[in-house]
Amino acid sequence: MAEKVLMKGNEAVAEAAIRAGCRLYFAYPITPQSELIEYMARMMPKAGGVFVQAESEIAAINMVYGASGCGRRAMTSSSSPGIALKQEGISYLAGANLPAVIVNVQRGGPGLGDIQPAQGDYFQATRGGGNGDYYTMALAPSTVQEFADMASLAFDLADKYRNPVVILADGLLGQMMEPVEFLPAKTEAELKELDNQHLDWCCCPNEDEPNHHHHEINSLEIDPVVLEQHVLRLGEKYDKITANEQRWEDYNINADNEILVVAFGTASRICKSAIDELNDAGHNIGLVRPITVWPYPYDAVYKAVGDKVKKVIVFELNLGQMVQDVKIAVNGKVPVDFMGKVGGILFSTDEVKAKIAENLEEAK
Amino acid sequence: MQVIATRPNTLTDLNFTYCPGCLHGVAHRLIAEAIDELGMRNQMMGVAPVGCSVFAYKFFNIDMQEAAHGRAPALATGMKRARPDMNVFTYQGDGDLAAIGTAEIVHAANRGEHITVFFVNNAIYGMTGGQMAPTTLPDMKTTTSPYGRDVDDIGYPIRVCELLNTLVAPYFIERVSLLSPAEIMKAKKAVLKALTYNKEERGFTFIEFVSTCPTNWGLDALESRDWAREHMLPFFKVQNFRDKGIEEAK
Ligand SMILES: Cc1ncc(C[n+]2csc(CCOP(=O)(O)OP(=O)(O)O)c2C)c(N)n1
Repeated sequence: MAEKVLMKGNEAVAEAAIRAGCRLYFAYPITPQSELIEYMARMMPKAGGVFVQAESEIAAINMVYGASGCGRRAMTSSSSPGIALKQEGISYLAGANLPAVIVNVQRGGPGLGDIQPAQGDYFQATRGGGNGDYYTMALAPSTVQEFADMASLAFDLADKYRNPVVILADGLLGQMMEPVEFLPAKTEAELKELDNQHLDWCCCPNEDEPNHHHHEINSLEIDPVVLEQHVLRLGEKYDKITANEQRWEDYNINADNEILVVAFGTASRICKSAIDELNDAGHNIGLVRPITVWPYPYDAVYKAVGDKVKKVIVFELNLGQMVQDVKIAVNGKVPVDFMGKVGGILFSTDEVKAKIAENLEEAK
Repeated sequence: MQVIATRPNTLTDLNFTYCPGCLHGVAHRLIAEAIDELGMRNQMMGVAPVGCSVFAYKFFNIDMQEAAHGRAPALATGMKRARPDMNVFTYQGDGDLAAIGTAEIVHAANRGEHITVFFVNNAIYGMTGGQMAPTTLPDMKTTTSPYGRDVDDIGYPIRVCELLNTLVAPYFIERVSLLSPAEIMKAKKAVLKALTYNKEERGFTFIEFVSTCPTNWGLDALESRDWAREHMLPFFKVQNFRDKGIEEAK
């Protein structure tokens, strides 16, 4: 077993990305993700990789596009306002079938907002985010360990589907320190394999003269009939991802649950503490924590609504975004309630307990 | 029989889709010939812009990436960093490079990225139907400067070579014109030089082509060349601005 080290989420995900074979990282500083870019600035050169501080988030995501179009594992990271700027590039990546990993250490918004943890970018992360019909996978960690583990998962999924993958963290996960155990770094042989996996479509040397290849990395199809086929193929890919890649955690889900809580990321941590205290006091509350917020684990949430569940309560650090997906999942089986906290402020365990308790009263 | 002229290997078999009299085709051909002559084709990749030359990725017979509007130098940065063993060029119009992509070109040049940028200045937005460009000349009429470019209101055209020449890193900066066979031959020399420096990993190389847009200028091919000579060349002077190769050889 590898040794556990105490690290900030921002640094842990950076280290894990390098271990996962990321050798190209492009970004622009922004709080609360700056430890990530700073870690990459220190460690990428030591790993023989590329670190470029770009002139903007727009440039950074387009550098990722160029590198990914050359078949290499590339990553960028930012926080909410910077992720908004990257949406142009993310749409182009999706349109061109390019893998890439984008880390969003969310902060309060809209606009410049503040620099505290928030979950206000849920809609953006789960509904494409830029122009056109597309989805990116969105992975939502709730611990520093999971944040780190998602780096390698995100690259594998990005490569498997040739699609951008977003890691949707927040300022708390970026800033807090927890013990982390890293996966072993890719070996030279594994790195070589990664480098070769995209040679049939990426920009790479023409070694097969005179029948040289001509690879085009492109999202433009000016003929509507051709574009239709292209977008339909993207749709098939999203269907496949939806069928294969839903991830979630069931926490104390059983047939006697009185209330079901749904929360992701940092919000789910607070909910777990509240649920533990309520369950110790003799209640029976379950929680579903979506790990992929796209594709959304609709069936898992539906199945968790046991016969005795009177109500589903959604806790989010926003005005109520995932609650829309929960309503789709629950499909009217029981009422869905919501509690949010905005402005980069977290709800306390007591506030969550009070909200659940109020519903336990009603449920009686 | 002896072949004295043929299609460069670096161009695909597709016919150009440019308007009659447009010089994008000439610029493409010069670049393709130079890549062939320098034996760079197997190691070369390029970036197409958004603009009339958006389909450059189909025309160049090498691996190509299509960029979002203005972002070509950022893509090229990622490409060159990802495959340092290969060579990269971008091909961009004036709206693409000097308006929406100003930050990307200035910073790629400032980092001294080992890429070649080919900048086609036709003083107008061709593809979208003749709107004002950052290089539209004073008093020049376009669909969005219908009374002529009012420099007091919207500013003067940007001279990109001069702007980039204020930076320390660029290795080679030259403005050439494509208005006559003699000028095209001179332009070819500059293209060869820039790509040679690119091959030798000397640094950032930049070529501006003073070009035309007969369709949106409302002129025929020959009139547009005369117009460019009379109006563009006095403002966009054809000259070499930077050649560190010559300085280094001293
Ligand atoms: C983000 C974005 N904004 C605007 C456009 C529309 N657009 C396409 S080409 C173009 C202007 C291109 O002009 P230029 O770069 O001068 O090239 P030319 O067509 O003259 O060769 C514009 C504004 C776009 N495709 N994307």
